[in-house]
Amino acid sequence: MRRKSNRNRAQNIGFFFLSGIATVTILPIVLIIGFIIVKGISAISWEFLTTFPTNGMRSGGIMPAIWGTILLTFVMTILCVPLGIAAAIYLAEYATENRFTRIIRLALITLAGIPSVVYGLFGLGMFVIFFQMGTSILAASFTLAIMTLPVVISTAEESLRTVPQAFRTVSISVGATSWQTIRRIVLPEAVPGILTGVILGLERAAGETAPILFTGAVFSLPSLPSSLLSPTMALPYHLYVISTQVPEMPLEIQYGTALVLLMFVLVLNMIATIIRARARAKRQW
Amino acid sequence: MDKIVIENLSLQYSDGTESLRNISMGITANAITVMFGPAGGGKSSLLRCLNRLNDLTEVKAVTGRILLDDENILDPKTDVIALRRKVGMVFARPVVLPLSIRGNLTYGLEVMGEKRKSRLDDAVERSLKQAALWDEVKDRLEDQAIALSGGQQQRLCLARSLALEPEVILLDEPTSGLDPLSTAKVETSLQELKKNYTVVLVPHSVQQAARTADRAAFFLQGELVEYGYGKELFTSPTQKRTEDYITGRFG
Amino acid sequence: MKTNSGWREFAITKVIQVAGVSAIGIVLLIFFFLMREGLPALREVSMLTLFSTRWYPTEGLFGIMPLITGSLIVTLGAAMVAVPFGLGTAIFIAEISPRWMREMLKPLVELLGGLPSVMLGFLGILIFAPYVRILFALPTGLSAMTGSLLLGAIAIPTVVSVAEDALDSVPRAYREGAWALGATQWQTIWRVTLPAARSGVLTAVMLGIGRAIGETMTVMMVTGNAPIMATYMAALISPVRTMTATIAAEMGEVATGSTHYHVLFFIGIVLFFVSLVVNITASAIIFRQRKRSERILS
Repeated sequence: MRRKSNRNRAQNIGFFFLSGIATVTILPIVLIIGFIIVKGISAISWEFLTTFPTNGMRSGGIMPAIWGTILLTFVMTILCVPLGIAAAIYLAEYATENRFTRIIRLALITLAGIPSVVYGLFGLGMFVIFFQMGTSILAASFTLAIMTLPVVISTAEESLRTVPQAFRTVSISVGATSWQTIRRIVLPEAVPGILTGVILGLERAAGETAPILFTGAVFSLPSLPSSLLSPTMALPYHLYVISTQVPEMPLEIQYGTALVLLMFVLVLNMIATIIRARARAKRQW
Repeated sequence: MDKIVIENLSLQYSDGTESLRNISMGITANAITVMFGPAGGGKSSLLRCLNRLNDLTEVKAVTGRILLDDENILDPKTDVIALRRKVGMVFARPVVLPLSIRGNLTYGLEVMGEKRKSRLDDAVERSLKQAALWDEVKDRLEDQAIALSGGQQQRLCLARSLALEPEVILLDEPTSGLDPLSTAKVETSLQELKKNYTVVLVPHSVQQAARTADRAAFFLQGELVEYGYGKELFTSPTQKRTEDYITGRFG
Repeated sequence: MKTNSGWREFAITKVIQVAGVSAIGIVLLIFFFLMREGLPALREVSMLTLFSTRWYPTEGLFGIMPLITGSLIVTLGAAMVAVPFGLGTAIFIAEISPRWMREMLKPLVELLGGLPSVMLGFLGILIFAPYVRILFALPTGLSAMTGSLLLGAIAIPTVVSVAEDALDSVPRAYREGAWALGATQWQTIWRVTLPAARSGVLTAVMLGIGRAIGETMTVMMVTGNAPIMATYMAALISPVRTMTATIAAEMGEVATGSTHYHVLFFIGIVLFFVSLVVNITASAIIFRQRKRSERILS
């Protein structure tokens, strides 16, 4: 009898301890978000979101940075998503598990692990210099696209794999080809999962600074970028510079910028979560 | 008259298991041919050879010939797509595509390129009537197929194959998950269907085999042990192994 | 009836195949370009100097050891934060928390993983560093320790999600077996579930470390950026400079093609290989475990 209560006591202590750890880990997340919202909300105004900065960034708005991030994200998506989905289709639907496929997967694992700043170096060497794009939106978008590719491929592949094999068998048995099966049955069923993965990839790319540091981001522009070959301002880079390198930077502007970036990330995250939840409810398998 | 002639068919999977050993038999047109026997006998594998669905699995070697209307369908040059429309298949668990009832039925025709609404509608009505499902679903063709009951889904799968106007229908334990009423409906449909189609059935019980077979083939561990007329094989089998299985001494 | 145009199917299949292979091509490209711009460093600076302990590019001293040790210290510190808190949270989420709580916690942790590192660095400078400075009575709050703490926070979501997945995939049968023998849930976790998931947990830790090594902005903002060799305990509270921060901070100011430029790329090569080793090892562990459990459970 006594041993049992000792065991239970050990369990209760252990559970309590772990709950504590979990709380200490999770609570800051909520606090961080809350904190930035509280501190930054006062800076948010229509003017802040739609006008250019003035006085050496110390007042005015951050519109060019917002616009730059939107532009970069958009171009990156166009470059990354079709290739990523196609590669995922290859891995999930066409490839047999042989040595060659294993090399591809190894390559994907490698790509997923490369530090973002090394992608920046690669972007510099290949797009800015070799392809002579210069410090431009195009170079930065290409760099971000390559960085996001492994994430898109792996979530898309996983999505495709969860579609029941039975659907494919049935489709083939009534005379459809592989591609018809993918296009008409498998892909539509996998779309929510793929979309979620793409959005999460976007979320990460939008917040990254290192890859765009030497490939496309500049701190200050007199006007909005005129073409894809012009450099641009971007939110994460802007936040970095104003919080570390501009003396006498009003705290309000810093928090405001951080809040806008946070909102970007939160909105994308929420969209992804909603898509995922709705897909799970509607799923026929 | 034999619709399908199987000559010396042997099949081996890539993990080494020998699924079929030198099978030779004919499948009569406009009749129900039943292939029965204990698990692992090779019946499903043989069925899947008839519409080349085995191409999707890890098959190491297939030897022999299968002649459908005097053409060898195991020939690499065969148009498998056309073959699969000619030889339809119904699986053990009803698998409806994530489409509407109507969508499930028109799927096979749409991938062929058929776009004419009149043709599609005709096919939908005709196939549902042949599968004895028309009355139950005619008012809700746009509903998702997944909403149907198990028995209805299975009849939908049958209709799906029929929509392509095949010549042969393969059924792999089609009633294994169904209640007796739905099972009876399916078996009745088969009796109707055999008038126009060649039916090959793997039953899920010896009793179903005895009920439905015009011709019966007993498979044991990849071998064709006995093949004969339904009435005779079940009342007076010539092989001891057949008799032992039918009377339940093993299985 | 129209039949499918065979050539269209063929063309689409080819496009998809090329896309599938593209990953290999991209890795090779990255490798090539890093080598192209980084190997010249070995020609221009002797190996001895390169691996010496003084990093003063303006005076021509390109010893990368302080940067390596900087990365090491910060990463190790991050691991010391991320492993206990990450694993503890993962165990809590997977084994202890009720379903409704789990549905709330998992998205939250995922959210943390999505927060831009520059944002955390920003908060680090404004909030965290002053606290550290006051708490430990230091001249500045920007140090390896601050970096480690923030980096640990960044690595935690990776550790939590991979570890939680691993714990979740332990077959129910294992747990039920333990309960049937009279073990408490706590005992089951430590004696059965965790050991069964140990390779997944190990992978989680390695991937977390991999994430920490590769982090740039946060460390750049809070570690003080002083490329000096740090020794032992003193290291933790003094400013350091990581490899990643060095590249990010100095690349903007170098002339293309200069020695400094080449050395920075060389550091990139080092980072490339370090993360390569960490990630491939982590995946090999999972791969081997999956093969083993497939054999056991079949």
